[in-house]
Amino acid sequence: MNVPILKVAHLSKSYGGVRAVANVSFEVVSGERLAIIGPNGAGKTTCFNMLNGQLAPDQGKVEFEGRDIAGLKPRQVWRLGVGRTFQITETFGSMTVRENVQTALLSRHRRLRSLLTLAARAYANEADALLARVGVLDLAARACAVLAYGDLKRVELAIALANRPRLLLMDEPTAGMSPRERGELMRLTSELARRESIAVLFTEHDMDVVFNHAERILVLNQGELIADGRPTEVRVDPRVREVYLGNRFADA
Amino acid sequence: MTASAILIQFLNGLSGASSLFLVAAGLSIVFGVTRIVNFAHGSFFMLGLYVAYSLIDRFGHGAAGFWGGVALAAVAVALLGALVEVLLLRRIYAAPELLQLLATFALVLVIQDFTLWAWGPEDLLGPRAPGLSGAVNIAGHQFPQYDLFLIVLGPTVLLALNFLLKRTRWGTLVRAATEDREMAGALGVNQKWLFTTVFALGALLAGAGGAFQIPREPASLYLDLSVIADAFVVVVVGGLGSIPGAFLAALLIAEIKAFCIGIGDVTIADSVISLPKFTLVVEFVVMAVVLVLRPWGLLGRRLTPPRRVGAVERPLALPSRRAVYALAACGAALALLPTLATGYSLILLTDIFVFALFAVSLHFIMGPGGMPSFGHAAYFGLGAYGAGLLLHRGGLPMELALLLGPLVAGVGALAFGWFCVRLSGVYFAMLTLAFAQITWSIAFQWDSMTGGSNGVIGVWPAPWLASRTSYYFLALVTSAGGITLLWRMFYSPFGYALRAGRDSPLRADAIGIDVRRQQWAAFVIAGLFAGVAGALYVFSKGSISPDSLAVPRSIDGLVMVLLGGVQTLTGPVWGAALFTWLQDAAARNVEYWRAVIGLVIIALVLAFPQGLAGFLRDRFAGERHAP
Repeated sequence: MNVPILKVAHLSKSYGGVRAVANVSFEVVSGERLAIIGPNGAGKTTCFNMLNGQLAPDQGKVEFEGRDIAGLKPRQVWRLGVGRTFQITETFGSMTVRENVQTALLSRHRRLRSLLTLAARAYANEADALLARVGVLDLAARACAVLAYGDLKRVELAIALANRPRLLLMDEPTAGMSPRERGELMRLTSELARRESIAVLFTEHDMDVVFNHAERILVLNQGELIADGRPTEVRVDPRVREVYLGNRFADA
Repeated sequence: MTASAILIQFLNGLSGASSLFLVAAGLSIVFGVTRIVNFAHGSFFMLGLYVAYSLIDRFGHGAAGFWGGVALAAVAVALLGALVEVLLLRRIYAAPELLQLLATFALVLVIQDFTLWAWGPEDLLGPRAPGLSGAVNIAGHQFPQYDLFLIVLGPTVLLALNFLLKRTRWGTLVRAATEDREMAGALGVNQKWLFTTVFALGALLAGAGGAFQIPREPASLYLDLSVIADAFVVVVVGGLGSIPGAFLAALLIAEIKAFCIGIGDVTIADSVISLPKFTLVVEFVVMAVVLVLRPWGLLGRRLTPPRRVGAVERPLALPSRRAVYALAACGAALALLPTLATGYSLILLTDIFVFALFAVSLHFIMGPGGMPSFGHAAYFGLGAYGAGLLLHRGGLPMELALLLGPLVAGVGALAFGWFCVRLSGVYFAMLTLAFAQITWSIAFQWDSMTGGSNGVIGVWPAPWLASRTSYYFLALVTSAGGITLLWRMFYSPFGYALRAGRDSPLRADAIGIDVRRQQWAAFVIAGLFAGVAGALYVFSKGSISPDSLAVPRSIDGLVMVLLGGVQTLTGPVWGAALFTWLQDAAARNVEYWRAVIGLVIIALVLAFPQGLAGFLRDRFAGERHAP
């Protein structure tokens, strides 16, 4: 087994007295595919946003490759090697698919301050190689604004890969996609993760996606971590069954 | 100040707040529902005042004549507002926000010249209000009865609007549309009818605001822009779309103004500070402070951004080799021109070069940066004043003054930009306007340094550049060089990062881009190049006055960029050329040239909602544009 690249310890966040995430601890090892699930309002998104820098935790530690990243800005977290995709895709709509990836590459090489060089040819081959890897090279010259949703998700993946991340955070990666597209995107992600030993941490509503593509599953309920294990273990976990199916004996 | 003097100034403030509130409330309601920032709102105020003057003149100065005149004037302006909505705005709701702004600005020009034509250039002072023409004794001071009436009027209108919005079906629809226009539409609200009535109500309030001023201030042609600036400030300080916010803001600003006037000059450590002069900028200072501390105004909330429907910026393709050759050929032709043409055409072209650079510098932040500055003239003016003062007071040679003047603009942009990039959209625009107004007021009032309203005169180029032809070449080379540099930046990594921050701040941040810093840097670059244009300008005219950094100059820049098309690369240059030429030709040949320009702009907006260059691009390169 690999060493953990992400260590989350005692992570907590409250909103006006309501605990959104309470004392959550887990680890992610490199190359691992880990899903965070839980009913609506369980704290998945809050937890996620404390990892990617959008939220600062009230308490707790987020260690990435030995560095505490809790409270860092998203752009700082990214520089350390954490890529991300958004629940609703965020790309640069007025720019072409290739330009989107080029911008990320330019940023990685810290060349975005250059005022008078032309960006069009900068890292164009590298950008195309990334686009080929996610299967949208044929769309390279199209504007992101006119792309189909499934293709945009792939572009986002290419942008995320541009910084050679060791950890990829994907917020609801298959939201808004058709079942066929879902399978394709997750297979692609799994393959990339395996080949380049990128750890993938994702939240997801679709249980087919979760149980088919995650190696490990974390279950949150009311801000607390109630289960952490392999899909086969989580499937039979009594507390998880209670949260999702309800305890019909207690109900009556 | 004595206690009674304080009371009187307080009452003065209250009465001043009322008319401010009436205008601002109308603007706020119209913005809330239609999301149109109506520049012509101040013109409605002005018309209300003029129409009331004429009606009272006809009806006689009795009670019925006066109050009837005021009421009818407000109704007349409301009808005009409805007409404008149906004939003009209704056709452009789907157009980009800034183009709508351009259309309403064109209305300002048309209404201004209509007023000039109908009432003449003289200020017209109306009669006093019958029954309220006297004064009452308050704590030993004579206080005008009419001002007491105004003090009551403001809160009354606030209550009436509150009733209208909260207790009537129409008001519920207005609030629903303010909250979420698309949803209201989806629920079957008749938007056409709603928008027309809302616009009419807004115009009614503006017209009434003007008409009620009749005993207090003369009808004058300058009211439109000064009132709209005040109303913008009040609405932004109060929070866009919030009526109680507008009331609170009007009160705050009017009170501060009243006390500045009441206190007079203050001596602190041997230097005299004139507070009454401060009234010229006080509202803009208040706005700047409020926007930095509470970016959505005192009682405002973050606006739900309208869902974007289709109209997304298109990729900015690198100009083709042919286009580059064509532009180079244009430059070469301009360089050869002095062998053929002389005299006035060279002066006009020099002006066009200056404004082309100014427009492109504005385009740099408006287009790729997504930051529509309403105060870009500040940096033009700072560059001009900088160069002029370095020459005169600094004793520098002209060449050096021309070179260093723009740095003054750069420093200004560095300071103001830091605040501005914290905001976006309309709020950003208003804060830039505020800083421009503050700069203008400094130029206007710092007599000993800037020459006050006369400005700096006798700023002539060095002898070897003094001839018309040689200055033409200087302007051509500088402007073409500056534009080339800026255009190059559009396609540089910096330009990519700028566009990235505009398209998706979230994604930009998630790939390591510090969006604010990027925007700040772009703001400074744009300010610097506007400063270059300003420095070129001052030596071509030989003088600089506060006019060259006032609001109309900022708006000229917006018009140039939008006319040419903000989504194109070269558009702003054509826009600058067309607008400068049009302004010159119209001003020399037509008496009502503003109206002509206004009508031309309206026609262009209706015909080419993507701007001129956008239209040409679509026309001749149809296959390149994706659905």
